[in-house]
Amino acid sequence: MSDDIAPIITTRKDEATGFLQNMISKGLGWARKYSLFTYPYATACCGMEYMSVAAGRYDISRFGAEFPRFSPRQADLLLVVGTINLKQAPILKRVFEQMAEPKWVIAFGVCASSGGFYDNYAVLQGIDRIIPVDVYIPGCPPRPEQVLDGLMLLQDKIQNQRHYLGNKQPIPERPGYRDLAAK
Amino acid sequence: MSTFALDQIQAQLPQALVERYKDRAGEAWGVIAREHIVEVAKLLKEKLGFRLFISMDAVDRLHLPPEEQDPRFEVVYFLKNIERNEHARLKVRVNEDQDIPTIAKVFQGADWAERFVWDFYGVVFAGGQKRRILMYEEFIGHPLRKDYPLRGRQNLIPERPIQDIFRGPGTNGVQD
Ligand code: SF4
Repeated sequence: MSDDIAPIITTRKDEATGFLQNMISKGLGWARKYSLFTYPYATACCGMEYMSVAAGRYDISRFGAEFPRFSPRQADLLLVVGTINLKQAPILKRVFEQMAEPKWVIAFGVCASSGGFYDNYAVLQGIDRIIPVDVYIPGCPPRPEQVLDGLMLLQDKIQNQRHYLGNKQPIPERPGYRDLAAK
Repeated sequence: MSTFALDQIQAQLPQALVERYKDRAGEAWGVIAREHIVEVAKLLKEKLGFRLFISMDAVDRLHLPPEEQDPRFEVVYFLKNIERNEHARLKVRVNEDQDIPTIAKVFQGADWAERFVWDFYGVVFAGGQKRRILMYEEFIGHPLRKDYPLRGRQNLIPERPIQDIFRGPGTNGVQD
């Protein structure tokens, strides 16, 4: 038997479980994208805009990111809202590490995304230097509509990710803060 | 504007007052010799009633015309007399290798301000605390000096152990 045929053959069982897993992944993705618990890590003026997004007029809860949880243990979406300076970086990293998998990060505003106009001695030039970011929302501060758009982008991303039942979700490899700081 | 404070300094400690002038807004400024700043602060606080220490800052004169560059730093003191509603504006000029006697013994609030000046300009206060106040210990250089590189980047700082949180047996600080 030649090699190129062998992998193509799938048993009926494989097919059936693959189909089931796909359905489960889609279902979990749908459930997760509409039940994001956010942890607003608000450090600066963007926090005002976050309040406006969360309050009645724009109402982020219409999009399923209802609850701001003020403990990272209960949150699965980290909203980094505002300027992160170098003194704050280890704290942000620790908060991120404290969140349970699966977790996502939104960089809210240009300060969090790239340092913004604080191109100076004190400010971390983008939080992606220490934690992985899923969606960047530009603007100083971003309009609430922009934030909602970013949230919907994240929801698309979550829907298309692979989700697993139970604790089978593989935990992504992420460098520890110490390794980053040592570089 | 009133020159009460400077007149009194000139009368009582003439050796301390190096120069006096008025700025564009007509406010009186006195340049004090750096050895005498503690005496002047004492005189102002105890005899003349300038009991409120308002603030303190420094000026790096690196890019000014050459005749104004030496000495390099100007440390600026603002005191206030509440009864007379008057300010005293004092300056001390120092070079990088010189230090200023601390006035934290006279005005306790000057302690943080001196730490700020040391943190951001690198001016040393003899007898004061040489500890950073806003930047972190690992920071290299003094960011508000004119020769601090504009795009100078610092490294990430190590995580501090957290002493006041109990993290369970066997852990007393940071772990990865
Ligand atoms: S992006 Fe603009 S509004 Fe937001 S924290 Fe930075 S400076 Fe403030």
